[in-house]
Amino acid sequence: MSTKMAYGVFDDDDVVLSAIPKLKERKFKVTDVISPFPIHGLDSALGLKRTRISITAFMYGATGTSLALLMIWYMNIWDWPMDIGGKPSFALYKNIAAFIPVTFEVTVLCAAHGMAITFFLRSKLLPGVEPHVIDDRMADDRFVMSIEVKNDMEKAAAHAAMKEVGAIYVKD
Amino acid sequence: MHYESELREPLILGDKTHHQITEDVCRPIEGKANKYWWMAFTLASLALLWWIISVSYTLGTGLGVWGLNKTVGWAWDITNFVWWVGIGHAGTLISAILLLFRQKWRLSINRSAEAMTIFAVICAASFIVSHMGRPWVAYWPLPLPNQFGSLWVNFNSPLVWDVFAISTYFSVSLVFWYTGLIPDFAAVRDRAKTKAAKFWYTVLSFGWTGTAKNWQRFEEVSLVLAGLSTPLVLSVHSVVSMDFATSLVPGWHTTIFPPYFVAGAIFSGFAMVQTLLIITRKVLNLEDYITIYHIDMMNRIILITGSIVGVAYITEFFIAWYSGVEYEQYAFINRATGPYWWAYWSMMTCNVITPQLFWSGKLRTSVFATFFISIFVNIGMWFERFVIIVTSLHRDYIPSSWTMYSPTWVEVGIFIGSLGLFFVPFLLFTRFFPVIAMSELKTIVKTSSSQAKKKGAHHHEH
Repeated sequence: MSTKMAYGVFDDDDVVLSAIPKLKERKFKVTDVISPFPIHGLDSALGLKRTRISITAFMYGATGTSLALLMIWYMNIWDWPMDIGGKPSFALYKNIAAFIPVTFEVTVLCAAHGMAITFFLRSKLLPGVEPHVIDDRMADDRFVMSIEVKNDMEKAAAHAAMKEVGAIYVKD
Repeated sequence: MHYESELREPLILGDKTHHQITEDVCRPIEGKANKYWWMAFTLASLALLWWIISVSYTLGTGLGVWGLNKTVGWAWDITNFVWWVGIGHAGTLISAILLLFRQKWRLSINRSAEAMTIFAVICAASFIVSHMGRPWVAYWPLPLPNQFGSLWVNFNSPLVWDVFAISTYFSVSLVFWYTGLIPDFAAVRDRAKTKAAKFWYTVLSFGWTGTAKNWQRFEEVSLVLAGLSTPLVLSVHSVVSMDFATSLVPGWHTTIFPPYFVAGAIFSGFAMVQTLLIITRKVLNLEDYITIYHIDMMNRIILITGSIVGVAYITEFFIAWYSGVEYEQYAFINRATGPYWWAYWSMMTCNVITPQLFWSGKLRTSVFATFFISIFVNIGMWFERFVIIVTSLHRDYIPSSWTMYSPTWVEVGIFIGSLGLFFVPFLLFTRFFPVIAMSELKTIVKTSSSQAKKKGAHHHEH
């Protein structure tokens, strides 16, 4: 990586959250905060865009609904219609009530798994991925802020600024 | 910021910090198992062994080794299937429905309740496979191209709906559970002292670090999965009930079944959560997290769903009379006064009368009373399914084919053994997985712990 990072470790979620606007005011590029639990308001403080993952879930779900109806139509209406108990299967719309459960289940199946797989791939979460652990307690009770810097001078300034706004210690 | 009145019961007792939560949840994973765990594990393994023997004998010899006959074609197998699926429902209710309703008390119990769901559904599925008799053709209900002409599965059939419902439910619950586990595995990984632990928890945590973007997505994924799981869990037991309700057997052919089965499922599931957690919180020293308040809240749900189930039993009886259908009327009279009267009245006592004891606040907040009543409910809900299945089948339209049913040692073995199939993975879960969703629980330390409440009260005095 050509860019360097300066890290500051905090021990309180409120302190780290209120530190972000202060540092941004002083023109530091706060890129990320690693936390052991989700902090509400952190994404807007950092200026992250809203995630579109729920939109993908809807699209996977709509795909599932279509696939399920297509499958059922092909198997029970088109390819091999069966007359069961005097209730023939000649048209999809006539039998649709009986086809709702399977259509619903396939919709949920596709929406849930599609979204989960997208989440794992997009966030680069897979078995075997080596985590970049900056601090041993960053999944415990520490919050690691990262500031993008160009050179050692900027790094020193970023370190000092993070200490001023409440970091308990800083890291390279 | 979220503000909570100090009048509300704290959800975390003792002066817990974020770090203390990590310590408390990781202790069972990092320490050695005590002798109670080993005793339970030995017992569960023996039960599992009995399950393996009984199932192997069934599959090797054929379904003739069970007590089924031409009239009673479903008995303990489907009773156990429905019982286990029902138990699973509480886990999804806690993790999905209570998430949508923003009930924070779900946070200490959702992880273990979801684990219960996963293992209970595995047990349920094992009964479906074993009752087929020929499990090597278990793929027949799947819509696969085949060599029997182009004969496809019948999508009008509730048994096919069930295949889709159970498999969707199982796989989605598993993904929901695992996604929630990832940040906690990362916490265990970063503290791991041994090389093996470091390796395994690195693999299990998928390289999670907890960046802002990942948390943002994680929360969205949890919310959407909860939104998807909520109608899913209601559909699963509705579909299970339709296995019966769409038939023409008196006692099965009723429109009340879907809501009545769902209420019963949640009822029995919460009873099982109580049974499990009352032991788990004691053995793993988690009394500060799974508090009397949590037990009280779950008892309230048991009281409500138990009452719904009671009303459903009475409604069924009334509708049987009101329908004017003789067969239907006989089915219900036979349930209450026929040769299986003892099963019916065990069901009524355990499911309708015992949960009513929870109107008393004293009993609701008593660990001892809760444990016993939860066992009663577990037994009662097993009898409910037995009553619905066996007493409806053993005397239907033609008196010449009326008969009795009793299980053989093989069926008893498969049932008792399935408790082993459940407890072996559950006990392993308590040793190797974080049993409390610590990353989620940490979000309420500043608002809902007893420590935060004290601070809040102090603040108001000034």
